[in-house]
Amino acid sequence: MPRALEAPRDDQTLAHWLRRRVPDWQRLSDLLGQQRDRADEPHTEVIELVDRFRSLGRDLSLARALMPESSLSRDLENLFLKAHEAVFRRPGQLRAQLVELFRDDVPRVFHELQASIWITVTLFVGTGILGWLLVSFNPELASLFASERMIEEVQRGELWTDDILNIIPSSVLSIQIMANNIVVSLFAFALGALYGLGTIYIISLNGFMIGGIFAFTANYDMAGRLFNFVIAHGVVELSVICLAGAAGIQLGHSLVHPGLKSRITAFRDAVKHAGILLPVVVVFLVGAGVIEGYISPDDSYSLGVRAAVGIGYGVVLWAVLSGRIWPSKRKT
Amino acid sequence: MARIQDELQLTSTDATAVNLPIAGTGSRSYAFLIDWHIRVIVALAWLIGTAALLGLMEGKGLWDDLFENVGSFVFYVVILPPTLIYFLYHPVLEVATKGRTPGKRAAGIRVVTVEGQTPDLSALLIRNIFRLIDSLPALYIVGLVSVLLSARQVRIGDMAAGTLLAYEKKLASNAFERFAAPREGALDLHAVEVAQDLLQRWKSLAPEKRSQIAAKLITSQGEELPNNVSKRDFDREMHRRLVSLTHAPRT
Repeated sequence: MPRALEAPRDDQTLAHWLRRRVPDWQRLSDLLGQQRDRADEPHTEVIELVDRFRSLGRDLSLARALMPESSLSRDLENLFLKAHEAVFRRPGQLRAQLVELFRDDVPRVFHELQASIWITVTLFVGTGILGWLLVSFNPELASLFASERMIEEVQRGELWTDDILNIIPSSVLSIQIMANNIVVSLFAFALGALYGLGTIYIISLNGFMIGGIFAFTANYDMAGRLFNFVIAHGVVELSVICLAGAAGIQLGHSLVHPGLKSRITAFRDAVKHAGILLPVVVVFLVGAGVIEGYISPDDSYSLGVRAAVGIGYGVVLWAVLSGRIWPSKRKT
Repeated sequence: MARIQDELQLTSTDATAVNLPIAGTGSRSYAFLIDWHIRVIVALAWLIGTAALLGLMEGKGLWDDLFENVGSFVFYVVILPPTLIYFLYHPVLEVATKGRTPGKRAAGIRVVTVEGQTPDLSALLIRNIFRLIDSLPALYIVGLVSVLLSARQVRIGDMAAGTLLAYEKKLASNAFERFAAPREGALDLHAVEVAQDLLQRWKSLAPEKRSQIAAKLITSQGEELPNNVSKRDFDREMHRRLVSLTHAPRT
């Protein structure tokens, strides 16, 4: 006779008791199957779910003691996992979380990342000045970041941005630019995982390129035209790239100085903390892309209008980051 | 190399613990390959299909002049959708399916947090942003190395988001029916286990052996065995009786 059938009398009693619990497990399984969003769930069902989850823990312990490695234990474990998920799941209140993010979290993190932001801005400006000086004194270095076609155009007295709308429609240009800028910003953030070195590289490269390009166009007295093109979108575009860089620097810092935490925990916490700025980065880059597609290349806008758009958009960015646009209700 | 952790332990408030098996390199790669094929095939099908349609409408060949001086219509209809399909496949589907893309479903795995929960929107987006690093320099080499070297077999995106891939444990809606007492004299729980196991292995066992074990099980429950029947019929009858006793589906 199979060993399992020779269970002692006490075990038979326990088995009988377990069998009487089957309708409860089935009920819990049904409750989990029909689960809705927590907010819409009737109060009584939630209480019932939690109660049955507690009872299930006891049943599972009993089943394991009585019949380890059995299909009953396995099924109860699976039911336990489903119930654990349902009981400990965080409420999905996306709207409230978004409000909290922009109203409370973004200004708080912006304030807490001041040191990283200053480091990034200093790095960006410093490499920009370096790029300017290098290309001013060695014009042939322009070929490092400008294509042959761009160089020829500037030598002919034309900017590569002239007549760009005759080649690419504004909407297409906007999408291409915003996609590129979002990818660059996300790279500046994510490459912080290489102990911050990747972020330093991205920010330095961008600073160096902008300084170099301005110096290159200045050699042909066209820096003013380039500034005219850049001012409407550049204020916010460069600011948010620096913001993403600051977040990346924070990741690097967490890996270099994890403190009392393990490196992985410190890194994960830093991503969660600094990553709060990313939605702001993405949203404002979408706006900057629209400006760069519709206003920057359009000659009908005067420098005054462009400057007003650029500075105005920059002020909105600053207001969102500092919490001025939507004062926090949270007491500090 | 860190010591590999095969399971994630979930504990309830009354200290009952259940282990969730962590998916390794093989399952991850399998899921990724399926997802990669889906997104490449769908994106290419869109690109070729719309390009061919536009070419036909304008009386040209498949690619004639299509990508020279790209206008808004060509960009929005032909180029943008497949680009979005390819690059946003993972973030969009992971958010929409709560960490179960088609490839992961096929591999029987899903994304969970390090606490064993379904990850929230921010965690899923973070793990996808870090694909930028994991996919470097090509073919997800950084991600693969990270999976091979980390204890929980995770890529950098998972470390950043506090997630990992775990095997999905499925539970049939009627999983417990077979343990319920259907009538007087039904098998006890231990016998259900034995009968269930026997039914699962029925086809792989020799007819004579399986009939013999089934007969012992059935007589132990006080039932009589059929007389004067051929071996083949006896075997069939034993199978029928086991199924009827356990309420299990026929194998």
